[in-house]
Amino acid sequence: MTSATASKNKKQTASETKILTANYAAAEAVKLCGVQVISAYPITPQTPVVEKLMEFVHDGSIKVEFVTVESEHSAITVCISASAVGARVFTASCANGLALMHEQLHWAAGSRLPIVMAIPNRAVAAPWNILNDQQDSISQRDTGWIQLYCRNSQEVMDSIIQAYRIAEDVMVPVMVCYDGYVLSHTHMPVEVPDPAAVKSYLPDYVPHTILDPADPRNINPVTLADPRLNAENVLCHGYFELRYLLQEALLRTPESVEKAGREFGRLFGREYGILDHYRCDDADLVMVSMGSLASEAMDAVDRLRDEGKKIGIIHVRLYRPFPAEIIAGAVAETGCRGVAVIEKDVSYGYEGALCTDLKAALFDYGVNVFAHSYIAGLGGRDVKSAELYDALSRSYEYCSKPEGSRRKDQEWLNCLI
Amino acid sequence: MGTRNCGHITASSSPAVGEAGRTGDWRVQHPQFDYAICTPAKSGIPSCFRCWTFCPDAVITKTVPPTVNLEYCKGCGICSEVCPTGAITMVSEEN
Repeated sequence: MTSATASKNKKQTASETKILTANYAAAEAVKLCGVQVISAYPITPQTPVVEKLMEFVHDGSIKVEFVTVESEHSAITVCISASAVGARVFTASCANGLALMHEQLHWAAGSRLPIVMAIPNRAVAAPWNILNDQQDSISQRDTGWIQLYCRNSQEVMDSIIQAYRIAEDVMVPVMVCYDGYVLSHTHMPVEVPDPAAVKSYLPDYVPHTILDPADPRNINPVTLADPRLNAENVLCHGYFELRYLLQEALLRTPESVEKAGREFGRLFGREYGILDHYRCDDADLVMVSMGSLASEAMDAVDRLRDEGKKIGIIHVRLYRPFPAEIIAGAVAETGCRGVAVIEKDVSYGYEGALCTDLKAALFDYGVNVFAHSYIAGLGGRDVKSAELYDALSRSYEYCSKPEGSRRKDQEWLNCLI
Repeated sequence: MGTRNCGHITASSSPAVGEAGRTGDWRVQHPQFDYAICTPAKSGIPSCFRCWTFCPDAVITKTVPPTVNLEYCKGCGICSEVCPTGAITMVSEEN
């Protein structure tokens, strides 16, 4: 074998490192996953995902049916139809485009279709704002989709690959969320896995209901409250039972996510789980966050640790289904006195959505710590390391206050009102 | 005795009459034909059939005279509205 052939073969079979934005990492991942149908409508900051995939279609490096449509509602509808007839599908959207999909997001989950969608998180209008926060995907948390949050381009690449494995295991669609611009447009080194290895990691998609002209089916007919006999005289689920099955599938999803992450680690050397921890040992205060904030805060935590303040970070990778027992256990294991939840979303009229979910989990599992809600970075408001340092310092002071006086009003970080 | 073993994780059905159940029980009124003035019934010639044309549930037959399948008629009353001779009256289920 000549050296040229050897190097050519090596290129074909080994992983390679590329400098990619998270958007391009998403597109490269789609190329590796044997996706058969793509439908997406461009929206800033997701547009480069669509452009890159179009490029792949044009240069022949990906063999897919790319269906161009006039709206996000149609994009997800194409994906639902294609997934229902047995194709592996992909779409991407964010902000108002994702909001326009809302009705069909329920259809996708209710139809138990393993669709994967990339979401470079962006603020939802009004007023118009194209910059980053996570209000768009948080607003879709109750549609029955799985939500994974990423901290960098590598995690986006790897999570999209894992998302197909998870989705097709539990038959529930997955959103892979990453912060717009902060990640979507920031170049960083990404190891692109060996295509053959990805192929072995992802078995072919087998739909739960085979649609065949020789065996015609009406899918999603009107299904009222009670179970009823179908045309074959079999007692079938009512709406209530079908929705219970979706809930069951979501409740066993953490196990599937862990398994997919472990297996991925075995094959590619990067293991994934439900949560990521940073300097949590013996922490008195734990910052809990999702997405890029959790990696940005590492500097602030390092500085605070240098000053002897025992603070760590828990990154919530899997937000829906909410891994209540796992996260309550992780907080308890640190032995901390409190958590500071810093997030780029708010459930208007209450507090950060992650904070509420976390407090419910802590209460349920008897973990008696304080929880402070910080709202940060809405509409792209910069979140500087110094601001995270200050916020965590403020919450840290509550660790030494007597129990019963550790409550703190929610804070909008760096709001200049 | 639950539905867990029905073999589906979503709602689906084979094509069949009434695959969504007997929708006739949604009804509060049903159409009653007066064949003395219904055009095809009166003339004995296949004609008019506006009730058959407009029925959204396809439960009216294109026959002389037209008939209604009350197992699936939801009682919407469109047939009564479109009948040019006023031969169809909506009658309360209580009667």
